[in-house]
Amino acid sequence: MQKFIKQTGLVAPLDRSNIDTDQIIPKQYLKSIKRTGFGVSLFDDWRYLDPGEPDMDHSVRRLNPDFVLNDKKLAGATILLARDNFGCGSSREHAPWAILEYGFKAVIAPSFADIFFNNSFKNGLLPVVLTESEVDTLFGLADAEIPIEISINLETQQVTGPNNFSASFDIDVFRKTCLLEGLDEIDLSLKDTDAINAYETRRAIEAPWLFRE
Amino acid sequence: MAGRTLYDKLWDSHLVTQRDDGSALIYIDRHLLHEVTSPQAFEGLALAKRKPWRLSANLATVDHNVPTENQSAGVQAIEDSTSRLQIETLDQNCQSFNVIQFKMGDPRAGIVHVIGPEQGATLPGMTVVCGDSHTATHGAFGALAHGIGTSEVEHVLATQCLVAKKMKNMRVTVTGPLGFGVTAKDVILATIAQIGTAGGTGCAIEFAGEGIQSLSMEGRMTVCNMAIEAGARVGLVAVDEKTIDYVKGRPFAPRAEDWGRATEAWTNLVSDSGAYFDYEILVDGTLIEPQVSWGTNPEMVTGISGHVPDPQLDDDPIRRGSIERALKYMGLEPNQPIESIRLDRVFIGSCTNSRIEDLREAARVVDGKCVAESVIQAMVVPGSGLVKEQAEKEGLDIIFREAGFEWRDPGCSMCLAMNSDRLGPGEHCASTSNRNFEGRQGAGGRSHLVSPAMAAAAAIAGHFVDVREWL
Repeated sequence: MQKFIKQTGLVAPLDRSNIDTDQIIPKQYLKSIKRTGFGVSLFDDWRYLDPGEPDMDHSVRRLNPDFVLNDKKLAGATILLARDNFGCGSSREHAPWAILEYGFKAVIAPSFADIFFNNSFKNGLLPVVLTESEVDTLFGLADAEIPIEISINLETQQVTGPNNFSASFDIDVFRKTCLLEGLDEIDLSLKDTDAINAYETRRAIEAPWLFRE
Repeated sequence: MAGRTLYDKLWDSHLVTQRDDGSALIYIDRHLLHEVTSPQAFEGLALAKRKPWRLSANLATVDHNVPTENQSAGVQAIEDSTSRLQIETLDQNCQSFNVIQFKMGDPRAGIVHVIGPEQGATLPGMTVVCGDSHTATHGAFGALAHGIGTSEVEHVLATQCLVAKKMKNMRVTVTGPLGFGVTAKDVILATIAQIGTAGGTGCAIEFAGEGIQSLSMEGRMTVCNMAIEAGARVGLVAVDEKTIDYVKGRPFAPRAEDWGRATEAWTNLVSDSGAYFDYEILVDGTLIEPQVSWGTNPEMVTGISGHVPDPQLDDDPIRRGSIERALKYMGLEPNQPIESIRLDRVFIGSCTNSRIEDLREAARVVDGKCVAESVIQAMVVPGSGLVKEQAEKEGLDIIFREAGFEWRDPGCSMCLAMNSDRLGPGEHCASTSNRNFEGRQGAGGRSHLVSPAMAAAAAIAGHFVDVREWL
């Protein structure tokens, strides 16, 4: 898995709550059997004026000039800023794949939907939960004509930015370690092979019907 | 020892190891797979030269991306080559890894959350996961069930476990009795409207109270199915006689020699009296009327006698902005009566509402009537081949067809519109599905979430009506 240690970059402010995974990556792109190719379709319905289909040449599509990611000043942004309940809806991991492939390394919001939050960590995308007022402050700063740059330091669990903005965030020890070291979760779990075998043996006696072929 | 909740019991009985860093490994009894979220997981498994840990725990089917017409012509007949490849890829993966699969056209195939319970592959006390957020459905059986991402699909295939952190306990008590003509769908929509789309985030929700106990197993599945729309990955209902009666005799259910022990164990799958819940929510089930969503997320819901809200009356600027944006997208006016919303299409189907009781409920409303001329399309998509067969045995297909509904083959269909069943831009749809997000049922499409009976009545009237006046 991709490591995440520290990220300094431009902030793209997407001022909406309840951004669902259907908006992040619409269903027609889920027909793909690959893990790649989704970045160009991130926020497809908002980003383009014409309807998108998987096989088309997206470079010739008409961009929606009112959509924040189409603001040329924000080209190369690596941090996405949003409101409550980001990533709600379906379990599609295509959502963090699309966000990462677009170039974002982290998403900051006051809250995330559980499955999206979980899926992000598996791919090296850092979801950062800040308080509503901290997120408000960042939206205020990012509203200016000139885009802002902020830093996210996973080791110290700090977000810092212009106007002496500084905020700390919580993260599970396990998830933090996996991100900092880029660990493969399956390898880690297989270290517990003995425990899994022991569980199965014990459980097959307690509830044999679960283990009939 | 303090009393434990149903969720606590399920967690405890599946805990493989608790690690020092706060994470845990929990064991997965049943893993359901489908074509959309599994190909990258099988690829990862093959690349790492790993094998499925316990083959018999896995059960696969195709549902999200299958056509709902002419399935008997086979996979080769699917016109969209990208869709065909995705379905063929699942077939190939199941063959090469030896995973049990119900292929397209097999009568046992259908929507993964319909066929799990139908086959008895979902049992009380199990942990059930699937790369689909509506896996919460299976919690109706007192099973710990939730959606996972593709990385976790691979993880479960490889280890039979998930890395997990214990959720919080929430109990939603729905008082009763429910009013005449009020269905499970209305109960869950009213609940989401009350607690919000993030109300259950981080929680396992146990649904309890007379309003839930009085529901059939299929109704309880409808309720648990949409726990995720309230932000909770897990929905649960305690095991009772209805649960055990439903499971008995199904193909994957415990055999005769195990049945007695299994049912004895299952009767313990209830929250102990005095068990601690982090959150307790009370929903007055007696006040619920048939529900209709007017906005672009599942908390934007009101009763059939209600009106579209006026954003100017909302003090919260973020919420006001959301309502304004939703009304613009939906093409609705503030204060417009719900009954005045006209429909272009009607969809009866999805993992929320495509089981036999749903189809019976809709057919009862439709019987002897005709779909309004202003409705371009009304379709019924049964949840599985077996549901379809049963409905045809009861003559429901004839009732629907004679009224002007299309009678389709099983699949997810217009719930997420991955196949060609979709809304056109600006079209309003009365839908028995679970999500009314922008573009969910087709780019620019406007979805209104309702029960099967309400969808059926809307198809006949051409606009929303209070179905209770028709029963």
